[in-house]
Amino acid sequence: MSEETRKEGIIPGLPVTLESRLLSLLKGTDKVILEGVELELGELELFLPLNLNGPQVLHQSVEKALPQKERHFPDSLVDMQFLPVQEKYPGRVREVLLGATAKNGGTRSHSVTIGGSTSTALSSLANPYSNPPLISLDVFDMHVPLPRALRANIEDVMDDPGEWAKRNVEKFGADLVTIHLMSTDPLISDTSPRSASETVECILSAVKVPVIVGGCGDPKKDALVFSEIAEMASGERLLFNSVTLEMAEARTLEPLIEKVKEHEHTVLGFTGLDLNRAKELNRRLYDSLSPDQIVMDLTTVALGYGLEYSFTIHERARLLALIGDTELQHPTISASTNAWSAREAWMKMDPLYGDTAIRGPLWETVNVCTLLLAGVDLFLMMHPAAISTVREIVNSYKQGISKVPAHIYDWTGMKT
Amino acid sequence: MSSTQVKRKKVRGVHEVSPIDVYRLLPGTNCGECGEANCMAYAARLVNGEYTLENCPPLNEENNKKLRISLGELTAPPVREISFGDARSSIKIGGKHVLFRHEFTYHNPVPIAIDVEDSLSGEEIVKRVNSIENFLYNYIGREMRLDAIAIRDTTGEPERFANAVRIAREHSDKPLILCTYNPKVMEKAISLIPDSRPLLYAATTENWKEMAEIALNFSSPLVVSSPGDMGKLLSLATTLEASGVPDLVLDPGTFLEEDIAITISNFTALRTSVFRDGSQNIGYPLLGTPITAWAGEDLSPEVSAWREAWAAPVLMSRYTDLLIMHSLEGWALLPALLWRFNLYTDPRKPVAVDAGIRPVGSPGKGSPVFITTNYALTFFTVESDVKSAEIDCYLLVVDTGGLSVESAVAGRYLNPSSIAEAINGFCLSDLVDHRKIIIPGLAARISGDTEEVTGWEVLVGPKDSSGIPLFLRNRWNNS
Ligand code: SF4
Repeated sequence: MSEETRKEGIIPGLPVTLESRLLSLLKGTDKVILEGVELELGELELFLPLNLNGPQVLHQSVEKALPQKERHFPDSLVDMQFLPVQEKYPGRVREVLLGATAKNGGTRSHSVTIGGSTSTALSSLANPYSNPPLISLDVFDMHVPLPRALRANIEDVMDDPGEWAKRNVEKFGADLVTIHLMSTDPLISDTSPRSASETVECILSAVKVPVIVGGCGDPKKDALVFSEIAEMASGERLLFNSVTLEMAEARTLEPLIEKVKEHEHTVLGFTGLDLNRAKELNRRLYDSLSPDQIVMDLTTVALGYGLEYSFTIHERARLLALIGDTELQHPTISASTNAWSAREAWMKMDPLYGDTAIRGPLWETVNVCTLLLAGVDLFLMMHPAAISTVREIVNSYKQGISKVPAHIYDWTGMKT
Repeated sequence: MSSTQVKRKKVRGVHEVSPIDVYRLLPGTNCGECGEANCMAYAARLVNGEYTLENCPPLNEENNKKLRISLGELTAPPVREISFGDARSSIKIGGKHVLFRHEFTYHNPVPIAIDVEDSLSGEEIVKRVNSIENFLYNYIGREMRLDAIAIRDTTGEPERFANAVRIAREHSDKPLILCTYNPKVMEKAISLIPDSRPLLYAATTENWKEMAEIALNFSSPLVVSSPGDMGKLLSLATTLEASGVPDLVLDPGTFLEEDIAITISNFTALRTSVFRDGSQNIGYPLLGTPITAWAGEDLSPEVSAWREAWAAPVLMSRYTDLLIMHSLEGWALLPALLWRFNLYTDPRKPVAVDAGIRPVGSPGKGSPVFITTNYALTFFTVESDVKSAEIDCYLLVVDTGGLSVESAVAGRYLNPSSIAEAINGFCLSDLVDHRKIIIPGLAARISGDTEEVTGWEVLVGPKDSSGIPLFLRNRWNNS
């Protein structure tokens, strides 16, 4: 609408949208198309409002009701259709293939693909997932202190990574398994690359799903460990979690990604809530790797401890990727088990706040759901209740061809 | 007959308005009543979202009325701001200037209304209203509370509903939402509280005319409800707009379980259309009803509360401006309360706080020194814990590039030399006469090296700062 009409407010009290339609009508247009619904002038006259309240410019202006006799209601409902905006983006997130079958030089029973988005996540039923988000469940190579709610489901297999991995796949339906080689940390057990590699071998023979290999966070040690494993599992298309700019500083990145390239694996680039650094890391990785070998971890923080930073950075990254920033057109993963670091997830609180057995998994669920909306493609999770809730949402999207809900419940009149 | 496509309104939030355009419409007296030196400074901060028009008192003067109206239009958010409640307490909803949080701070944090059903006894109603009124969770020094009461008509009896409304009103100042599809029930109840401006739920394709009458008679905002049918929702909104009902809220229906995708899609589509296509008049606040988790087939209360608990934050992230919930379980409300607070913070706010020494309380030479990182959330959590425990101490904030303790240790940002640098750089030895620092439990593994590098004795504190009071009792006061 023009600046002129905006200022003059010819029909005060009407939201500008409707006002603009009526204005164009008053200017002599004899017919208006409202998003595909045609209305003849005669019909429109019926709802030219006569009871014009003052402009709703400021929220606090409470209007005095006008006497009844001045009210003129339309005779019947104006028939309208809602046509959602179909957003088309020029960019597309790359697809990354994880895990290789025998045909492709590995030993996995199947590969999985993440990425491929052409629109913002869960934005419309008309844009179903090209590749629905996947779930990887954690296995640790040593005894780690876990909250009770998590321990309960795996207590008996915690000393046996192979069995733990099996439990994750067979009982909890993991799409992938992540083996965290925590014991390799020089400050913990400093387990040798050789022995870490044996642990991974054990996982690879225990389960047939694609595998993610997690390090200890030490840029030198991780590079040694990952290189050894890359060679041992040549062709398996593992995902190494993670490679960092700290590795570049420690000059361990280049030799590692050469190995990754040679043995056809993939890497997860980790950066701390900073898109410029994420892009910088990717540029370094492009030197040796093909872009479809790169996944991003932009950092997942627990609800209450900065989840909003994770949410917003993922939304931004995905939007930029779709708009055409090729350096961000990579699938993303979220270490959603970080949710458990929030004290609300594990701490004993007043009975009003319930037991950690429910707060813990709820925290993990909310972390995942939030980042699901922001477009994350792969989630590292642990709790079965969180997993089943997230599956429910993802399945709803996968099956959401119908636009009509199966059930419309009246919550207003229900008795609880 | 020629046909003309309706000209699309250019949809823009206040952040896209030029301060010059605002400046042109200000009184121009540079009177300083807004707290700024001149009108231009005010204009700049207005488009930055730091001020509203209320901050310029001269705009309320009669001779500035035209300016105020024009400014209101110029800076109006694409999603209208609507209020309900009265002078005792009122709530603003909507008022959204952007689709994505990173574009501009979201305005008007989503209020959470809790339901009260009219079939309860008077005593039960009072009890429930009091629970809503008294609910409180302390989060990094902030008080998280519930905001409104939604009274539901479950019997169809006007007397019964009106009575519940009256009791709620007597026992709470919180704004009310009156939930009934029956105009007779609605009319009776609102006549009892004619000046309260409750939010009326809801106008449907069946009752819209009668509900419009009531909304106009009592100057109350009205929810338009059309669960699952967006075309009808738009029809209703358009019709009611044309009937002169100024303040509408849209209820597209909240479906959970296998239909959650429809819910998320509808909310997203409605809000996206406001910002990408100004031609459809749907720039109204959206109502989400996680309470739906309790309707339908019989479920255990835990399952219903669980669904409600995760659905509420999901709806907040997907553009809901107001929520109605049922559960009063603390665990079921916590995610929504915390997420609301977080989602509505300024996205431009840095993740990091400045490194340095922060005294808490009134520390002296013998007070303990806690090492923490400069990640904002870590710092505020620790600070709020020691504050609420009334501990006099120093927090030595180490520059860890804005990373939390765990990530900073893993990434080697929190290491013996960065701690030594902080100790020396901020002259810690001038403030205390002992030579002890307490590092976070999550940094335990660097304690040995830190002692070596800094020359200070290192005590390993608790993994979570909530354990600090106990830690001090055992390890500090006795040492
Ligand atoms: S209060 Fe209004 S008129 Fe006075 S200086 Fe501020 S903006 Fe200008």
